[in-house]
Amino acid sequence: MTNKLLLEIVTPYGQVLSEEVDEVSASGTEGDFGVLAGHVPFITTLKIGVLSYKKGNETVYVFVNSGYAEVTGEKVIILADSAEKAEDIDIERAKASLKRAEERLKKAEEIDFARATASLERATIRIQLAQRR
Amino acid sequence: MPTLRDIRKRLKAIASTKKITSAMKMVAAAKLRKVQDRMINFRPYAVKMESVLSDLASGSTEAGGHPLLVWRPKKKVEVIVLTSDRGLCGAYNSNILRVASQQIDSLKKEGVEVSISVIGRKARDYFKRRSIAIRNAWIGLSGKITYANAQEIAKDVIENYENENIDEFIIVFSEFKSMIVQKPTTQKLLPIGEIGSPQTTSSTATATFEFEPSREVLFERLLPKYVEIQIYRALLESQASEEAARMTAMENASKNCEDMIAKVTLIANKVRQAGITKELMDIVGGVEALEK
Repeated sequence: MTNKLLLEIVTPYGQVLSEEVDEVSASGTEGDFGVLAGHVPFITTLKIGVLSYKKGNETVYVFVNSGYAEVTGEKVIILADSAEKAEDIDIERAKASLKRAEERLKKAEEIDFARATASLERATIRIQLAQRR
Repeated sequence: MPTLRDIRKRLKAIASTKKITSAMKMVAAAKLRKVQDRMINFRPYAVKMESVLSDLASGSTEAGGHPLLVWRPKKKVEVIVLTSDRGLCGAYNSNILRVASQQIDSLKKEGVEVSISVIGRKARDYFKRRSIAIRNAWIGLSGKITYANAQEIAKDVIENYENENIDEFIIVFSEFKSMIVQKPTTQKLLPIGEIGSPQTTSSTATATFEFEPSREVLFERLLPKYVEIQIYRALLESQASEEAARMTAMENASKNCEDMIAKVTLIANKVRQAGITKELMDIVGGVEALEK
């Protein structure tokens, strides 16, 4: 068990995941990073992206909507605004929100540009991830 | 003396009122369960966030420089009053408003300028009726709070704090203690004093963390989150309190209806009996008259 990491993903809407895993990789705002047991403790911000973890031979993908990661030698805590496992993604909803975001960006009048791009990014990554499984 | 028909009508009216109140009670119970679930789901996030923040703060001496942590002499204090949008929940709203008014008065006595923001229609109406100016009002949240609501409120609060419009933020809301106890509470939102309690600090707090990006940037992003969490928690707590208060109020109302029904039924029976007696007397009187 010493080579295992405890991965916890929590959002305001509940705990998404709490599992013993072998390896975690995620995309931080400063670049992607991978974590193995015994990693130097660090704290970083996460961007909208995909987190993956390995457990034995199995790799699982999780969608993470920006947040923070706290890494210690034996634990990885992800604090995300929202997060879903790949199999839980509602692809219809993601597609709908992709369409909405695209339309809003096209009109490009008096919109919150940052918000629209963020929502576009979220939807795109969700769809990519859902289709990859 | 009312006629039997009038009394029966009244009986029916009371019975249908009872149906409504007991239905409302059931709805409130269901809603309360939902909010409680959300509170439980939210707790790990809040706890983890506090531990990350205290890890971040530990070992840093210069962290006190962040604007959200700085204490300014309080010249202008804002009181945020959190009530429900709808009534029929017993003394829930008036308890909060009473505490809020006391708070405002005592602040004014200290010679501090007070501004007021409200969440919930009841608080807005209360201050409007007294023609007290409200800086900002969020209406229509109760029943469907999301984390995004808390973010929106936090953004406004932080903005006003950072550009030094307001030197201190206090929120008045109802804390959910149990099904029967909801306590109006005042809590300071800004400036942030101590983060979390000592035991929330994870065991590795002494370890030196690496920060990416720098500690200052992280702090800058995490502190507003902390405010959001406080607000979200207050929203959830008050929602749970509201539903619990409504449940108790509706249960009492249903019980009162039952009492009323018993009382009115008694009157109805008396009137009916009186009617029968009168008719009997008439008949007996008629027979006697015929015999003569």
